[in-house]
Amino acid sequence: MRKERLLLVLTMLLTFVMLFSACAAPAAAPAEGESSDSGDAAEAPAAESSIQIPETVDGKFNIAFVYVAPIGDGGWTYAHNQGREFLEAEMGDEVATAYLESVPEGADAERVIRNLARQGFDAVFTTSFGYMDATETVAEEFPDTYFVHVSGFKKNETNFSNLFGAMESMKYLAGMIAGARAAEDGSNRIGYVAPFPIPEVIRHANAAALGMRQTCPDCELDIRWIFTWFDPDLERQAAESMFDAGASVVITGSDTPGPVQVAGERGMYGIGYDSDTACEVDPGACLTVPYWHWGPFYVELAQSMMDGSFAGSDIYFDVDSGALGLLGFMEGQEPMAGVPESVIPQVQDLLAQMQAGDFTRFNIFTGPINDNQGNVIVPEGTVLTQSDLEGLSGIEGREDCTICMSWLAEGIVPDAQIPE
Amino acid sequence: MELALLVNLLAAGVRSGTPILFATIGEIFSERAGVLNLGVEGMMLMGAMTAYGVAYGTGNPWLGVLAAMGIGGLLALLHAFVTVTLRADQVVSGLALTFLGTGLSAVLGAPLVEIRSAPRLPNFRIPFLADIPVLGPIFFDHNVVVYIGFLLIPLAWFYIYRTRPGLELRALGEYPAAADTLGINVIRQRYFYVILGGALAGLAGASLSLAITPLWVEGMTAGAGWIAVGLVIFAGWDPVRGAMGAYLFGAIRRLPLDAQNLTFFLKNPTLGYFMNMLPYLFTIIVLVISSREAMRRRAGAPAALGVPYVREERGA
Repeated sequence: MRKERLLLVLTMLLTFVMLFSACAAPAAAPAEGESSDSGDAAEAPAAESSIQIPETVDGKFNIAFVYVAPIGDGGWTYAHNQGREFLEAEMGDEVATAYLESVPEGADAERVIRNLARQGFDAVFTTSFGYMDATETVAEEFPDTYFVHVSGFKKNETNFSNLFGAMESMKYLAGMIAGARAAEDGSNRIGYVAPFPIPEVIRHANAAALGMRQTCPDCELDIRWIFTWFDPDLERQAAESMFDAGASVVITGSDTPGPVQVAGERGMYGIGYDSDTACEVDPGACLTVPYWHWGPFYVELAQSMMDGSFAGSDIYFDVDSGALGLLGFMEGQEPMAGVPESVIPQVQDLLAQMQAGDFTRFNIFTGPINDNQGNVIVPEGTVLTQSDLEGLSGIEGREDCTICMSWLAEGIVPDAQIPE
Repeated sequence: MELALLVNLLAAGVRSGTPILFATIGEIFSERAGVLNLGVEGMMLMGAMTAYGVAYGTGNPWLGVLAAMGIGGLLALLHAFVTVTLRADQVVSGLALTFLGTGLSAVLGAPLVEIRSAPRLPNFRIPFLADIPVLGPIFFDHNVVVYIGFLLIPLAWFYIYRTRPGLELRALGEYPAAADTLGINVIRQRYFYVILGGALAGLAGASLSLAITPLWVEGMTAGAGWIAVGLVIFAGWDPVRGAMGAYLFGAIRRLPLDAQNLTFFLKNPTLGYFMNMLPYLFTIIVLVISSREAMRRRAGAPAALGVPYVREERGA
């Protein structure tokens, strides 16, 4: 019958649409478990056919980027994609780039990365913590391809590096600004939207609290764990919760600029994260944004790959690399209107020291530092090591942490805890 | 102190429950007519993206709302065509619609991500009412979409339970053959309610991107559409209970945040993970219930939900 045939065609069309749109859809599916041996044998057909491996460009140095979220997330992945575009703009004559977005972490990622290498890409950049093991495995299999993994800690001696940066330095400065603002407002209270109880987030919140105490010794930092990097409603609610509890500035550690908007609606102040556009939602209520500027590093790494000087290494950059920004304080920028006059020279001065390499993350985490219960965590004269900062223990080739990043700094409200 | 916390909590619940409320009531209309539409999440995303784009382009957020309702209705029309006219499987078509809406809104909305200044729907503090202690801040100091939600609840309830078209609507979902013999055009009416449901899902999206979380970012509904589909079942297809569920859900999201530093409240960090899991849990529940007739009946679903209507065929 005609109707039945039409139905069949339509069903096929819908199936096609489903498969096709799954490419662009944010990964709603939970991440698969550890990359398993059965991965190749029992491939999920939908995932396999929905992630299309891009073509390489002949005669150019081809670099592929693997993203965990859509490039339109307005935050982490957006900033990485800006970096990719920077790389194209700088080295477009010699370098061609391609990217894959919303690639689930785990077994899928390993297959995608392997296929990219097989396709002939000269280098693959993977930009989420969960890609670490997959990148390591594929780097072993393809010694002639370069691999860079962002936000992890693994590497090999030849073709596999990791890359991350000391955002804590910028959070420290942001904390100074927030503290000055809260002191001037008389609230003596700021808030921090904390995504997950992991060393990276704890380190950033601690740095903000320590910075805050530099400009406002009586201030306290409130904190809300939201257990997600991206949830516009929840991020806003966390900010509202802290404003309701008396904060006059909220710093966000998650992806959207929602908390800055809430600040504007309440006549208070907010500090964004990740991307330098975060203040645009409400410039009058936004004090600053610590942001990532991946472009220069991408260029540097691409150059080292092309001239053969690339070697597997731990790259953990600080402010002097130029890959970290603080909106309103970088070259050619003006501080936002809400930043108290008194703190501007202080921040500018310390930022200049950071840019010169004279003040780094290790200066921030130098004893004496107490935790929010008043216990001594870092004794006088002790400096935390890189492993301490990253909370690493039991990782081959790295020393274990002795003061692991599982404490909240003095200045954070005494009631606050790190969830288990 | 505790009272202030409770007031803030409930006010937050009313506020962030509003988009879920619109989507839930929309889905209730659609399912009452006998058509399950799992495309709510996709329609909301398209609505949110369209509303934001149109509001930015025209400078008028209300035009954005209208456009969002239009696009939601249009997507629902597609679903109606596939499921009512072609009698295809409603679950498959609805899921496809969600994928379509999610993907399309991501592609078309890509340039909007960099725009951070589209006009928003205004906040409005209702004079006098907002000054009532406790109730004032909870109900009468909000964005205008929240008040639209207040109006929609009794309207939907009255329409479904107290009007002639409402009776016909219920007949459509319970026993379409009987409705047909009474001269009700089952096909046309089902189209109407599916499209109405889509328009309300579009409104839900617009209320997100222009009022509740005024921004466009990909996937910004973060599962709210699935929550709405699930709520319909827990509400027993009743708009008043659906509304209470939506507000309650908004408050539940806020609760663990407020409670984190309170010593009198049981500190339970896993609550956060649990909340993030809920949209997926709801999806599973919906799929299980809607795929088994016995469970559908026990949950109180319209008897003909998910069943295409074929004239002169026996049964529903």
